[in-house]
Amino acid sequence: MNALKPTKKSKGYLDMELLRFTTAGSVDDGKSTLIGRLLYDSKAIFEDQLTALELASTNRGHEHLNLALLTDGLKAEREQGITIDVAYRYFATPRRKFIIADTPGHIQYTRNMVTGASTANLAIILIDARLGVIEQTIRHSFIASLLQIPHIVVCINKMDLVEYSQETFEDICDTYMEFATKLDVQDIRFVPISALHGDNVVNRSKNMEWFNGPTLMYILENIHIGSDYNFLDARFPVQYIIRPYSQEFHDYRAYAGRVASGIFRVGDKIKVLPSGLTSTISKLELFGNSTEETFASQSINMLLEDDIDISRGDMIVKENNLPQQSQDIDIMFCWLGDKPMLPNGKYILKHTSSEVKCKVSQVTYKINMETLERDKTVDSVGMNDIGRMVLRTQKPLFYDPYRKNRITGSVILIDEATNNTVCAGMIN
Amino acid sequence: MRPYRITHIKELENEAIYVIREVAAQFERPALLFSGGKDSIVMFHLARKAFWPAKVPFPLLHIDTGHNFPETLVFRDQLMEKTGQQCIVKLVQESIDKGRVQEETGPNASRNKLQTITLLDAIEELKLDIALGGGRRDEEKARAKERFFSHRDDFGQWDPKNQRPELWNIFNGKKNMGEHFRVFPLSNWTEMDVWQYILMENIDIPNLYFTHEREVIERNGTWLANSDCIPPLATDKIVKKKIRFRTIGDMTCTGAVESEANSLEEIVREVAASRSTERGTRYDDKRSETAMEDRKKEGYF
Repeated sequence: MNALKPTKKSKGYLDMELLRFTTAGSVDDGKSTLIGRLLYDSKAIFEDQLTALELASTNRGHEHLNLALLTDGLKAEREQGITIDVAYRYFATPRRKFIIADTPGHIQYTRNMVTGASTANLAIILIDARLGVIEQTIRHSFIASLLQIPHIVVCINKMDLVEYSQETFEDICDTYMEFATKLDVQDIRFVPISALHGDNVVNRSKNMEWFNGPTLMYILENIHIGSDYNFLDARFPVQYIIRPYSQEFHDYRAYAGRVASGIFRVGDKIKVLPSGLTSTISKLELFGNSTEETFASQSINMLLEDDIDISRGDMIVKENNLPQQSQDIDIMFCWLGDKPMLPNGKYILKHTSSEVKCKVSQVTYKINMETLERDKTVDSVGMNDIGRMVLRTQKPLFYDPYRKNRITGSVILIDEATNNTVCAGMIN
Repeated sequence: MRPYRITHIKELENEAIYVIREVAAQFERPALLFSGGKDSIVMFHLARKAFWPAKVPFPLLHIDTGHNFPETLVFRDQLMEKTGQQCIVKLVQESIDKGRVQEETGPNASRNKLQTITLLDAIEELKLDIALGGGRRDEEKARAKERFFSHRDDFGQWDPKNQRPELWNIFNGKKNMGEHFRVFPLSNWTEMDVWQYILMENIDIPNLYFTHEREVIERNGTWLANSDCIPPLATDKIVKKKIRFRTIGDMTCTGAVESEANSLEEIVREVAASRSTERGTRYDDKRSETAMEDRKKEGYF
């Protein structure tokens, strides 16, 4: 029996893939209704939730079942009728299980969208058909590209309010593609929908027979996500050292971690960073099940032939494929903290399993989120600012560019005084 | 790259193990909250996987309301003996005796809310800096916004508007003296995922989850097990039914469902066909629309 080997034959529930996606839209373009519609039409809503929903809709004097209420989580939000934080939703179809990071669209909550986008394979960007591409559309798309979400689906919503007009849809697609040339996204698709009435969300619309493309649900279920992982560069950040000190496993010593990218096989020659010591993989196992190889995203115990000094924060790589190494780290940043950047610019930096002190040595530019132009006259950095900066770290970092590797290319900064996470960084 | 495809259940397992190891690496005094319910059993299984062949490097902590099903306690003790793991038990009854909390009275009295105080006292007494819990975001709307690493202030309270952003898989467990964390490795799991995982890993669970005959009474549309913990009402009708439990909590608030499911496969099939959520059988969530959110702010799991 080998629990780590990928299975080939279908096993129903045990053979589904996971797709993580994020939704972004402005305040009134029907994002909550769209999510409610996806859950409702894919029959992911249970009877007791539906009863609660009917009751809540009636209490608020709404005529129809208000699908948006399904995703309104906290009391404060329900009172104000807005979403104020990232909320996660789950549903499944026979093909896939989905995790939605539902993020609010207000300007002041850019940080929530960045958070939701950091783990997503796909982003849904909502546009109100009556308004077309607006400033927030540009901001959301820019963030999706900055965070390197591999797939973007632009949903042009409220088509019912523009008489399901093909011309309106096509005009919006053209405008979007025009500015999208400035973005770094490989895969953009468009779907005309009405979340309120369900057109082209799960079921194909009878009101828009001119549209030949797939429905939103079809895209979510079928988009190829297998190549979203990096299988080329073998990187294993050491998370924890396992030493049982028991009679049975007297000399056992394993390096526990989750493979950040690439593939490791028993017999591979490896190098440990920063020490530069080399060895060979003698065993890969988890809970007594050993395997010949392990790949990106797997949690595993790695055992080496030689007894060398390795601790948390070190990175195991292959000798013939090394990451970059530097103390000067050039990043694209998004400022998350509610306080502006400290005058001395000193923070704790976390990168994979390592942690070092750092100092912001230069803020190269900020991006004007209305025009996407670079503003080099930076006098301060505050919440929701996006731009580029250079960090000087106390010790060298071993990293890959974020474009190639989302795990080894990302950092966060922590304020030592408050312990808050104040900045997200994507290494250039 | 087809051979390197990973199924959703393995991805969730890899993620949970990663989070549990991160806890062991970042904190000094963790404990794993254990209730004897399926989520905490899965949590313990994942923790054993995360550190094998070493033992789980922290104890389990059971907040015992005194209203547990006897089957749960037997199961707990057997599991600890089999795995050689330490489980610290703290009794809500002691908090009541010490006057730390006031017992609810009346026919629908529950100790569910009282356990929050016992838990916070235990965290302080044992000097825990983090408690691992089996909470899932799909359980209830207040939990949908919970982080993996959830920061609690000096009073053990949760501030939903002041949560740390959580990006990629980098977790920030930094805190001041007196503060602690709750960490939820099963955040992204659903009830269905938990059952599929129990099936895939063939994990032992208490018999209460399988169909059996039992005396039950009806309260507000929920079937509760007839026991000494529930003060009888004149209107109560005790009936015998073939039931099983979808969740296991206190006898006072855990509703049973009529079921013939006798194996894990049958339970998975039943959950797949089910038209109501598992918390729909929890009497304590029906008190108000924001019952869970209010309890969480006070320091509930």
